[in-house]
Amino acid sequence: MNPTNHWQPSANIDVLRQRADILKKIRQFFDERDVLEVDTPALCHGSVTDLNLRAFSCQFDDPLSPNVTQLYLQTSPEFAMKRLLCAGSGAIYQLSKAFRNEEAGRLHNPEFTMLEWYRPDYDHYMLMDEVEILACSILGTDKAQRLTYQQAFKQILHFDPLLDDMHNLKALCDSLGYAELAANENDVDVLLNLLFSQHIEPAISQDTLCFVYDFPASQAALAKLNSTNPLVAERFELYYKGVELANGFNELSDVKEQRRRFEVDNHKRQQAGLPTIAVDEFFLSALQHGLPACAGVAMGIDRLVMLALDCQQISEVLAFGYANA
Amino acid sequence: MANISTNEFKAGLKIMLDGEPCNILENEFVKPGKGQAFSRVRIRKLISNKVLEKTFKSGDTVESADVMDTDLAYLYTDGEFWHFMNNETFEQIAADSKALGDNLKWLVENDLCTITLWNGTPIAVSPPNFVELEIVQTDPGLKGDTAGTGGKPATLSTGAVVRVPLFVQQGEIVKVDTRSGEYVSRVQK
Repeated sequence: MNPTNHWQPSANIDVLRQRADILKKIRQFFDERDVLEVDTPALCHGSVTDLNLRAFSCQFDDPLSPNVTQLYLQTSPEFAMKRLLCAGSGAIYQLSKAFRNEEAGRLHNPEFTMLEWYRPDYDHYMLMDEVEILACSILGTDKAQRLTYQQAFKQILHFDPLLDDMHNLKALCDSLGYAELAANENDVDVLLNLLFSQHIEPAISQDTLCFVYDFPASQAALAKLNSTNPLVAERFELYYKGVELANGFNELSDVKEQRRRFEVDNHKRQQAGLPTIAVDEFFLSALQHGLPACAGVAMGIDRLVMLALDCQQISEVLAFGYANA
Repeated sequence: MANISTNEFKAGLKIMLDGEPCNILENEFVKPGKGQAFSRVRIRKLISNKVLEKTFKSGDTVESADVMDTDLAYLYTDGEFWHFMNNETFEQIAADSKALGDNLKWLVENDLCTITLWNGTPIAVSPPNFVELEIVQTDPGLKGDTAGTGGKPATLSTGAVVRVPLFVQQGEIVKVDTRSGEYVSRVQK
């Protein structure tokens, strides 16, 4: 981009004023509920191992050590916030920048604002209720509907994502115009994600906020598996007008299981030819010490502002989108 | 041809799909927070002219298509082919009726047309945005009529039929917008 012609903000000033109002409302919401605002580091020694998240990494030239240290810009403040929970912080929230490499588009900016909060003694159902109150008050909408992942798939695509097999899934992909993509794909979750994002999210959330919960166990991320139905994880997402707004978990607190998931991720990374990620040992030590039973959620604030102000592009609500940042 | 990765996809890029050269119209980045990233592209197939959507996994590659546009002057037709010439090199090239399609009716001798070549063969011909053609047949209009009353059909020398104002007469030359097929103005001879 030409600096002479593109120095102007990508959001207009009135939008930035309304964005500031929304941030003020969010802080008020948590203040009234006695949730402590925290501010954790953007640069950390470890990062997320998730195959589909790409952390920016950079080198720290330490003036107090001859060693060059690799640091990661955080894709979310999750690990640091859980360490605070382990240290006895109680309910906490954070409004911070998160960074994700290889993401840019109408709904993505490599640097974005995330609201993340944790509620000790809540499960994901209780947390969904609280997310609903906040989202409805900012978006001016009525209450949200709730569907399990399985219900949503069955309702929209007449397919059972938990019980139907890969053969049926590929046949469904073929019928929806993804034949070539599906032919070379062996990962069920890649195809489920494709169909979910392209066909289900827009259909279930066009007129109302919609929570989807009980994701397949293979997409558990950092959520507990359901103790009565191990096919699903206690994870939820919130959608509105086809936009993914929030992702929440009944948080996994089992340190052995957490370490195993990190290792599985890094193994998959190796197979995919991706760099492995330094596992966050501070986080694992904190889990070893003990994470109180809690639920947590992360919400994309730029997208929330987009939806509240009826903007079409994420850059319309950012002072400067990445292209002229 | 070279392989092109999804991160090079942008409007105007020419790629091969199902053995047919295609033009990318739009590329959207799609990514669930915890899932695989995809490129959803809208493309126009350059031979069948069909517009369709296609989804690729981010990082997948496709073959690029050797497609280029060149401006050539229309010379003449021998009934089977339409011949064009590069005014600088005097090189000539012949397009068939498939490449011309509906645009046949806008060909005016010596006008510069944009010829789309795939592996050196013409697959599309775009006439200039405005052409000037003679009216060979139209009903006599009423005196005193001005533009804007709906007009009447007029057949042009190439066979194209456009609506012209009632005051425009047979034998006159008119300027036509080839993109909309609409009359623009009369042209002084």
